[in-house]
Amino acid sequence: MSKRVAIVQFPGTNCELDTKYAFEKLGFETEILWHKEEAIPENIDLVVIPGGFSYGDYLRSGAIARFSPIMKGVKEYAESGKNVLGICNGFQVLVEAHLLPGAMKRNDNLHFISKHHHLKVVNSDNKFLSAMSEDDIVNIHIAHAEGNFFADESTLHEMRENNQILLTYCDENGDELNPNGSVDSIAGICNKNRNVFGLMPHPERAVDSILGSTDGIKMLEGFLD
Amino acid sequence: MENNKPLENIEQILKDHKLSENDYVQIKRILGREPNFLEIGIFSAMWSEHCSYKSSRKYLSGFPTEAEWVIQGPGENAGVIDIGDGMAAVFKMESHNHPSFIEPYQGAATGVGGIMRDVFTMGARPVASLDSLRFGDIKQDNDTGKYQRHLVKGVVEGISGYGNSMGVPTIGGETSFDSCYDGNILVNAFNLGIAKADEIFYGRAEGVGNPVIYVGSKTGRDGLGGAVMSSDSFTEESKKLRPTVQVGDPFTEKLLLEACLEAFKTDYIIGIQDMGAAGLTSSSFEMADRSGSGMKMDLSKVPAREENMQPYEFMLSESQERMLICANKGDEDKLIEIFHKWELDAVVIGEVTDTDRMELFWGEEQVADIPIKPISSECPLADRPISKPKYLETIANTSEVGSVSNQEAFEKMMSSVEVVDKAWIYEQYDSMVQTNTVKKGNDLDASVIRVKENGKALAMSSDCNPRYCYVDPKGGSAAAVMESGRNVAMSGAVPKAITDCLNFGNPENPEVMWQFAEATYGIKEACKELSTPVVSGNVSLYNETNGKSVFPTPSIAMVGVNESQDRVLPSVWQEKDNYVYLIGKTESEFGGSLYLKENFDEVAGALPKIDYSKELKLWELVIEANKRELLASAKDLNVGGLAIALGKLSAKSGFGISAKPELGVDIFSETFSRAVLEVKANKESEFLVLAHQLGLVYEKLGKVGDSDKLEIDDVSMEVSKIQDIYFNTFENIIHKED
Repeated sequence: MSKRVAIVQFPGTNCELDTKYAFEKLGFETEILWHKEEAIPENIDLVVIPGGFSYGDYLRSGAIARFSPIMKGVKEYAESGKNVLGICNGFQVLVEAHLLPGAMKRNDNLHFISKHHHLKVVNSDNKFLSAMSEDDIVNIHIAHAEGNFFADESTLHEMRENNQILLTYCDENGDELNPNGSVDSIAGICNKNRNVFGLMPHPERAVDSILGSTDGIKMLEGFLD
Repeated sequence: MENNKPLENIEQILKDHKLSENDYVQIKRILGREPNFLEIGIFSAMWSEHCSYKSSRKYLSGFPTEAEWVIQGPGENAGVIDIGDGMAAVFKMESHNHPSFIEPYQGAATGVGGIMRDVFTMGARPVASLDSLRFGDIKQDNDTGKYQRHLVKGVVEGISGYGNSMGVPTIGGETSFDSCYDGNILVNAFNLGIAKADEIFYGRAEGVGNPVIYVGSKTGRDGLGGAVMSSDSFTEESKKLRPTVQVGDPFTEKLLLEACLEAFKTDYIIGIQDMGAAGLTSSSFEMADRSGSGMKMDLSKVPAREENMQPYEFMLSESQERMLICANKGDEDKLIEIFHKWELDAVVIGEVTDTDRMELFWGEEQVADIPIKPISSECPLADRPISKPKYLETIANTSEVGSVSNQEAFEKMMSSVEVVDKAWIYEQYDSMVQTNTVKKGNDLDASVIRVKENGKALAMSSDCNPRYCYVDPKGGSAAAVMESGRNVAMSGAVPKAITDCLNFGNPENPEVMWQFAEATYGIKEACKELSTPVVSGNVSLYNETNGKSVFPTPSIAMVGVNESQDRVLPSVWQEKDNYVYLIGKTESEFGGSLYLKENFDEVAGALPKIDYSKELKLWELVIEANKRELLASAKDLNVGGLAIALGKLSAKSGFGISAKPELGVDIFSETFSRAVLEVKANKESEFLVLAHQLGLVYEKLGKVGDSDKLEIDDVSMEVSKIQDIYFNTFENIIHKED
């Protein structure tokens, strides 16, 4: 039986259809969950919070969305040990909801940044990147204004100890190249239990060769097993 | 309505509303009595240049608007073409020039929001945006230069802020700079949406008794009188007009988009129109006018954002993110429920009548009563005097072409702000959301999206060379149509139809009006010859500051269809050792050229010759050769001619070439209907047969990467140096203050 993905839609979410398209292309069944729902339905194998501008992101990205009814369900779902993935705005929401450590600041250059960027896999010992290997380099589109991840030194230390830093920004050779000012060039992380994942880049935008990269397939495939 | 006495201070009121004595006479004749203050406001908005097209309408008739693939031509909120398999592309381009000069962020943002509403009101989901931007000279170190850099930053952030939040990719466009825009920038926003061909919605209000429903944001006092403001020239006083600039809220627009798309799936809606310029006034009058209906509205029911708002303010506010819907009687509650789900206001404010009149009420009290036809489609037109501009005589002669060395000219032109890469701009636009973007503006030439629904691809390109239009308004406008089509063809797509945005100076100046008339003749001719009808458009006049009009700038956006999304042709060199061919004969043509501009600061000379049959053959060659998979890339030649085209190809690909076309200074000539094609190494003979069959002039320039440098006759530059110039110049200029 196919794996089932629930994709959360807040007012202002704008990557729910892209996410649905990508997961369906990989063989998942999908459903879109309106933010007013309070629980994650039965038989869901993965909850994805997709990109966009939830509630317009007028205050701070994700700051309002964390109070949406559906987040109660997401929290319970995550606490039960099941997998949650936040992409871009979804990552911001999970940080605001304290399901992931750290905080987001505006990009160093204070502009929205939209471009293909290389990423290095720092840690693949987790469900999300299980189809990849450490030091793999992928080329994935980024598109955000507040992707400058920050965590204090003690949190970072803990994240390193627990293998929670999953992806960092780099150039095509794997050397450090930081587009937004993120501490340690961090692009993606997970929680201590390694079942809640967040990343700023958009793997769902990299599943068709005519769009310039299929590297997103390897990233999302991990959830198929 | 009673026949009141004339309003006190009527002269001042007319002046404030930019209405003439003659307009006043007409108004009294139409009403059969004195108008009240609200009615004057309504007439003023409806008869503003912006809404009535009173100066331009005479010249807009006669555009080619029909073809087998055209579903809807001009006259609706946007044009619609058939793109196969039951799908349609809905598109339009519109200006937001005046607001953007006064308040660049909000001006540009609401320009993007407005054009998206024009598209989704037709039942389409917006899937791609382009922007055509004209700024003044941003290189100047003086206050003007500083203000222009501020405008670039504000406009780009406004487009980025609105478009990104909407989840609609901005995939290309063009940006150019000339001191003629120092006092009046141009911001033209294009949007394209996809719909099912048999599920298009129109801006109509019909069926007596059917409810008229207001949906979206509440109405505030922002943008009050915006259409009238946009119909006047600029002076130093204009900056005081900031309160007439609307404020955008992309979050609400996103909700409005999703709510409308959900509502379109039902059969509750008869017609729908966005409230753009002149807000509730133009939307209600136009919807009733198109259907030959009357309408009754109670303005006290309109959702208000501020306290104590008056009927005048409700009718003339340009608050954003609002729509007017005519629904089937009995379905209004179900329709309103959809909008409530998306947390939007939705209120029945009136109904369709058979009176042919707009009757406005404030509760029980009637506050206006205006016959619809005479104020909308039958409004008085202006037949403005025209006169051939005197400057045309003085610019016939140019400086001596060839009096600087080719090397020096190349270095200057390659670093022109018009030529260099503008990552600083386009990297602020989410270009990939919706996961359809195959080719972006920075990939050179046309931008392309795939259509998931039918396996095809849509190519689009917005173009205009204002220098060409200055030296020859007719030819320059035709050249803009040709270039936008050429760009589309370079991606392997067949050019299908255009939308236009005609930006001109003050129509009360007979020389400007002559430019306008000529431009329309040029567009008509080119669209007819190239079989690419006009399906929608917009006119922006009064682009003038302190008596100085901008260059004629008719922005043209062409849309084309590529039958296979897997066969979108790039415009950047792909592979070493492929053959590089120049197609088309190069003449010595420098009128309006980048060469004269950059080397002599001149906009002068005679426009290059136009030959539509050559243009069509070039398109056919590229489209056919791409179908047969003979090509690896195709790049058109435009500003700066062959040398700059090769310079861009080299910078983008990292490959050099050693080309010896032996053209002398004509390596910079801007002869039309030419392209540089990259022919696959094993397909050369097949390609040559095709080029020969079509009777095209061609010349082999060399192979991709056959030199470490870019060498064109006597010009030579390291590839790394070209890349440094190409990728870093713009950012250095824009950050002058930092």
